[in-house]
Amino acid sequence: MLKINNLHASIDNKSILKGLNLEVKAGEVHAIMGPNGAGKSTLANIIAGKDEYEVTQGDIELNNEDISELAPEERAHNGVFLSFQYPVEIPGVSVTNFIKTAINETRKAKGLEDMPAKEMLKMIREKSELLEIDRKFLSRSLNEGFSGGEKKRNEIFQMAMLEPKLAILDETDSGLDIDALRIVANGVNKLKSKDNAVIVITHYQRLLDHIVPDFVHVLYDGKIVKSGDASLALELEAKGYDWIKQELV
Amino acid sequence: MELKEKIVSSYLAFENGVDINSDIHEIRTEAFHNFEKLGFPTKKLEAWKYTSLNSVLKNDYSIFPNKENAIEFADVKKYFIHDIDTYKVVFIDGKYSSFLSDTTHDGKDVCLMSSALSKSKYKAVIENYFNKIAKQDNLTSLNTAFANEGAYIYIPRNVEVEKPIQIINFTTGSEAATLVQPRNLIVVEENAHVQIIERHQSLTDNAVLSNVVTEIFAARNSTVDFYKIQNDNTNASIVDNTYVEQKTNSVVSVHTFSFGGNITRNNLNFFQRGEHIDSILKGITIIEGKQHVDHHTLVHHIEPNCESHQDYKGIYDARSTGVFNGKVIVEKEAQKTNAYQKNNNVLVSNKATINAKPQLEIFADDVKCSHGCTIGQLDDDALFYMQQRGIPAKEGKALLMYAFANTVLESVKIPEVQSRINKLIATKLGVNLGFDL
Repeated sequence: MLKINNLHASIDNKSILKGLNLEVKAGEVHAIMGPNGAGKSTLANIIAGKDEYEVTQGDIELNNEDISELAPEERAHNGVFLSFQYPVEIPGVSVTNFIKTAINETRKAKGLEDMPAKEMLKMIREKSELLEIDRKFLSRSLNEGFSGGEKKRNEIFQMAMLEPKLAILDETDSGLDIDALRIVANGVNKLKSKDNAVIVITHYQRLLDHIVPDFVHVLYDGKIVKSGDASLALELEAKGYDWIKQELV
Repeated sequence: MELKEKIVSSYLAFENGVDINSDIHEIRTEAFHNFEKLGFPTKKLEAWKYTSLNSVLKNDYSIFPNKENAIEFADVKKYFIHDIDTYKVVFIDGKYSSFLSDTTHDGKDVCLMSSALSKSKYKAVIENYFNKIAKQDNLTSLNTAFANEGAYIYIPRNVEVEKPIQIINFTTGSEAATLVQPRNLIVVEENAHVQIIERHQSLTDNAVLSNVVTEIFAARNSTVDFYKIQNDNTNASIVDNTYVEQKTNSVVSVHTFSFGGNITRNNLNFFQRGEHIDSILKGITIIEGKQHVDHHTLVHHIEPNCESHQDYKGIYDARSTGVFNGKVIVEKEAQKTNAYQKNNNVLVSNKATINAKPQLEIFADDVKCSHGCTIGQLDDDALFYMQQRGIPAKEGKALLMYAFANTVLESVKIPEVQSRINKLIATKLGVNLGFDL
């Protein structure tokens, strides 16, 4: 599904990714861990198409198609979803109107008619129940005054509505209490299928107790320096990152 | 001939058509001499530093269109709020159009200034209110000198007007350039309530200059909601001089939607003469091209325990220019005043300009006054967030601008006006979002 080849990227001439390779197949869950400043969020933003980063070398393929020149919305239309570490507040636009616009713009890009209102409502009801979201919450301005947990739940709610092929969860566990973590993880697990894939970016092991990865990668200094199965996450939790840094020397 | 000379020399002709022995004509004559002395405002005046009328004053205006110009309702229907029942006072090239109007004398007067000025039954109201709060400045004096036609609205005590009133001034472009000077008087007595929508619309690309004066008197416990829709052709300029006097417990709101025109200058003045008054001044400006919109507001807090709320949003594209000058005066006696002023601007293009100037003169010591002014660009992170969810950049920008302007829209009390403004904004921004915010 996703294939990243020798990706180099920089911001303001500062090199952040330095030859990153990653392959994610449909049906898989990958976790990307690593110390602060390793380039984890940069990777997420580059896959989603944020234009402040400059890709200097390498390419990003989604279903065998190079997406590195596409606008962020085109990548979204192709099934890329990024759950933001810090979701943006947009006062004056309700959660419902925002998600309606997002869905219908995506349908428009695929040459489809707007989703009928009845179907939309049904879907909103189902998915908000899945994420244990109060109906009142849906008419509030997007992310405005939301708690950390509400923002993250709202991200996963949008993911559930948009049904992406590739979901990237950037530090979705940060700022979550244990109940919210369970709800969010449960939501992600319910949405998992053999046709889609998930990349979980996290500092800590605890989210991976709930969303069990098939592969764990360690990102350090702009490269993936170690890959393994779920047990690698436990090892990192126990031993920290220093031993990996030492291994590299 | 310069416009000023042309106007001065036409005054004799104007006097032929009005009763020159009336008290009103004394007021006019005095104003005429005042204008003769002051002339048109120039950029040397502090209040006109950022707005030049020079290009507009060059046109050879016809001052009294002499033809009666008729227009078909079907051709101008779109300029009315037509999906609800309203009273209408409509003028074509400064002349009353009985055909397009729907006036009333049933328990209130919604009619013409020309009859109010000439008929004895209105004499008391005219004596008490006409030109009592209008300033003696250049353009207000010019309007007063020629004051003869416009809307006259008198709402007696305890009357809640059951439907909104629309005041619409059309110009037909039958002359190469037309000067019109509507003069409106609105008197709302105790416990009365009225909603008014005002629009000036030119029907061709010929030059128009409207120099409008509106005086609004809101007595104790009265409520006035006033909506100004400014979305005119790019050769139509307007100077809108509005003066509001409020008494105890009254609430007056003026919303100004400035979406187009050549030069638009709004002079909006509130005088609070009583306690527990609320004055609400809101505006949305969305312009492009070389358009210019200037909001000069004044709220004069004269007595204690009153509030004022100002919220002006502006979105400026291309080479458009904006001015916001918000003056708040709190007199020594006006303790416990709450005066809030917000002015937020987005410059979509790097060639657009805004000059913003809050001016607070506070002489009382126990008051809450705040002002906040921001000038910025659209938030790139918010735009990326929307694009990531599949919303294209153009729609995303529009959505952000909608959201930005929305705090002003939500206080509009007539749903049809709200949805009309929503549509105008969508058209301005070139998007169809498929829902009303």
